[in-house]
Amino acid sequence: MGGGGTWLIRRIAAAAAIVFAVVSLTFVSIHLAPGSPFLPPPDRPLDTAVVARLNRQFGLDRPIRVQYVLYLKNLSQGNLGYAFSRGQTVRSALATAIPDTLLLAGTALALDLGLGLILGIILAARARHATDLILSNVTLFIYSVPAFWLGLVLVFVFADWLHWFPAGFPTSPGLYESLPFFGQLGDRIHHLALPALTLGLVGAAGTARYQRAALLETLGREFVRTARAKGVSERRVILVHALRNSLLPLITLAGLSLPFLLTGSVLIESVFSWPGMGRMATDAVLARDHALVTAIAMVASAMVVTGSLVADVLYAAADPRIRERAS
Amino acid sequence: MTARPTVALVGALVLAMGAVELLRLRARRTGSGRRFFAHRSAVWGVRILLFFTIAALLAPLVAPYDPAAQPGIVTLQNMPPSWAHPFGTDAYSSDIWSRLVYGGRVSLGIGLLATLVAMSVGVTIGAVAGYALGWIDAILMRLVDVGLAVPRIFMLLLAVAYWNRIPLSILVLLLGLTGWFTTSRLVRAEALSLRGRPFVDAARALGASPTRVLIRHLLPSALAPIIVSAVLSVGNVMLLEAGLSFLGFGVQPPTPSWGTMVADGQAQLALAPWTSFFPGLTIALVVMSWNAVGDALRDAFDPRPEHA
Repeated sequence: MGGGGTWLIRRIAAAAAIVFAVVSLTFVSIHLAPGSPFLPPPDRPLDTAVVARLNRQFGLDRPIRVQYVLYLKNLSQGNLGYAFSRGQTVRSALATAIPDTLLLAGTALALDLGLGLILGIILAARARHATDLILSNVTLFIYSVPAFWLGLVLVFVFADWLHWFPAGFPTSPGLYESLPFFGQLGDRIHHLALPALTLGLVGAAGTARYQRAALLETLGREFVRTARAKGVSERRVILVHALRNSLLPLITLAGLSLPFLLTGSVLIESVFSWPGMGRMATDAVLARDHALVTAIAMVASAMVVTGSLVADVLYAAADPRIRERAS
Repeated sequence: MTARPTVALVGALVLAMGAVELLRLRARRTGSGRRFFAHRSAVWGVRILLFFTIAALLAPLVAPYDPAAQPGIVTLQNMPPSWAHPFGTDAYSSDIWSRLVYGGRVSLGIGLLATLVAMSVGVTIGAVAGYALGWIDAILMRLVDVGLAVPRIFMLLLAVAYWNRIPLSILVLLLGLTGWFTTSRLVRAEALSLRGRPFVDAARALGASPTRVLIRHLLPSALAPIIVSAVLSVGNVMLLEAGLSFLGFGVQPPTPSWGTMVADGQAQLALAPWTSFFPGLTIALVVMSWNAVGDALRDAFDPRPEHA
């Protein structure tokens, strides 16, 4: 098992190196972009002398490598810098935005995997029947839909027209604070429903297509033929024998869907006025908020890299053949 | 709609349908052609793609109005769909169907050109890495690891910060340059597996230069997966372009793209839902077509039961 341990350490080191590279490239890129956090596009004009003084005061006029070394020094002490565009530290900006994004993306991921798995089983069990043909086209359509447009359609139907769900924000402004605990919980779920459904549906369509293919491949294997030959019912063959073996790729898929969820959250948070990391990223880039942009890139890439690392470890834990090869 | 755009529309439909039947006749001769045409959703995908391409190419004939015309900014804005305006009018009284037809030039053009950029870069880097191996391979593949660790839309947001109003050509380049990572991995793997094969060794023994071996021997063998990933990439790029334009960072108004049209409609969603609905539906249909065609091509090139 010693071999397995070094494999894990090497993977973690590689992941850390990737995040470091992302941080460095983002830092250089956003600093080289024209503009300054004190001179955002024309709508907020400031005296050029004032801007120059502010740039000097905060060290933004120094050579980029000096700023980079300084940034790394601060980073090593856990100091992420100051987010000028929000008038708060990057740490507290992230602390308010990350939970909102995790709540949205986490609920969407649960919907994605749950719904996708069930749909995938139905599609594979009814392969090449009418149910499969119709549902396959429906999943392909949802898989291909722009997520933000699906969000707008759901807002029109369920918020503007039927008034079943609110059209945006994580809580009811003004009302939320006065509610009792369970009222607050209900309010949150009520607001979460549409954005999470939007992101979850698009994800579930992809998962269902993937699960259908994995299950169909397993159904063609020898041990499935053996089970059928023994007289095991088709229901049991699919739900017990084949499903267990087709679940492995789903672990990888869950780990790899993090980039999709983060990309989706950039657009979905904009549709639903959701104050998460995605919307903050857009605003921060527009405002040339160097420290905030770099920190968001760091968190996003750390999430992506950790996701695929965890998926690999879980996969190795679940599949003895991989474990053998790794050690 | 008057006679001219109606005739042109029917003409585009007939042309798209007819072209598919011609293709079907030619494809009948090969096994992979027959397998492709066995996928009914892919055949519909080809029809839809051909229709929107023909309509975009013949836009001045097919579009009933000038896409930039604002004939009645007060009297004709946000009109619901009618015979005169099949998909209604937008907040500036422009005809949505005409803007969709012209927007196809931008959206489809960006999808195709950016994919061309992505594939060229991905194939070159993948082939070089897989053929050279050693430190060149190590550096290039670590670069790919880093590229895949950042969601593409973050990368694009960062890059877009360099321009106030981003020109179309730059947008195409950026979309292409952020989309080659998986392709290069695929081509590298293919080059690695072909590396020790007798026909490659034979070519090298005969004195063929590395470039010649790559272009004449490795690429043709890797063509099928490259084509599949290119077709799937067009749909993906179109979704990204739509997303960027929706956020206001992509195609700049007044140029109509399908993504900007959805964004324009968002403000009057409750009042005039058709202004967002039809452009978004068009994106979905076209991206779905690319995906269906890509899936069917994969099955046609490499028949395995699980792709059926």
